Amino acid sequence: MSGRTRTLAVLVAAVAVVGLATVFASGGSDHAPSIDDRVHEIGAELRCTVCLNLSVADSPSKLAGEMRAEIETQLRSGRSPEQVRAFFVDRYGEWILLAPTRRGLNLLPWAIPIVGVLVGTALWIGFVRRRTPRDEVAASTSERARIERDLANLQEPG
Amino acid sequence: MTADIDDDRSAPGRPRSRWRLVALVLTPIVLFAVVLASGLGRDPRALPSELIGQPAPTFSLPRLDAGGAIDLGDLEGQVVVVNFWASWCLPCREEHEALEAAWGRYRERGVVILGVSFEDTDEGALAFRDELGGDWPLAADPDSRTAIAYGVFGVPETFVIAPDGSIAAKTTGAVTYGWLTREIESALRDGNVE
Repeated sequence: MSGRTRTLAVLVAAVAVVGLATVFASGGSDHAPSIDDRVHEIGAELRCTVCLNLSVADSPSKLAGEMRAEIETQLRSGRSPEQVRAFFVDRYGEWILLAPTRRGLNLLPWAIPIVGVLVGTALWIGFVRRRTPRDEVAASTSERARIERDLANLQEPG
Repeated sequence: MTADIDDDRSAPGRPRSRWRLVALVLTPIVLFAVVLASGLGRDPRALPSELIGQPAPTFSLPRLDAGGAIDLGDLEGQVVVVNFWASWCLPCREEHEALEAAWGRYRERGVVILGVSFEDTDEGALAFRDELGGDWPLAADPDSRTAIAYGVFGVPETFVIAPDGSIAAKTTGAVTYGWLTREIESALRDGNVE
């Protein structure tokens, strides 16, 4: 029993460490972002339409460059990052966002791993619980009789 | 005790428990495969345009085949077919005949077909025109601002703009004569009703 508790404690600690690390890693630096930083930040969330799996920020294609120019023009004209994102979503649909917005059915990609871990853990615990007592005590009467007979047979011929 | 009976049945190696284990492992895999299969079979670019029914983004573009500029504002009240294309794009060759036929059939009825060059050089675009013919207006799109405003993923993409200036239809990939006549007729009808 204490072994299981210790395992659980280690698991909780591991999850806490990873979680905290994620939170601290994502908390950015404090300096005011330059226009290039802001363009990059928005571009990194947008899909380059003529590439496969590249963001507008990372793609060397001409169109991606023109999309970065469009982002910069809009930012310079005083539009907020949200407005710029909305400009692209209005034209290209949610498809343009490399990560879906976190609401409704779109939450599934985030929820499935968590649900998977929970279900897996529950199944595993159930499995271990069911296993343990049988190994120690639970032999049915018929089995017990057979085991005793076999033991007796074993000892007899010597 | 019921636990004893249960244990007896699910003892390792017994067929019933093995099937249960197989089902437990296979079910998520099959579900995952179904989700992937349904998604992977689709063309990731064949998306419905977000712009259907919205006012068409305005533009004023330098003409390639002639001097001057083409301004969408000047074409209000007319059905305008905006075709994004490039000389390097193979489906654009495929669809050229359909555009030519639609232009021949509808130009007398005030329908304008406009080819907007996408990620192309002016020389390349004009060489394509020389090679394949056609005399509907062509325009350049400096910095692709118009293509971005129309949410163009790649070429060819074709938009039909209704007389009221809203986007009536959009198609991705080589446009067919059937699609053009259907959408142009429908846009002309809607224009007449008002």
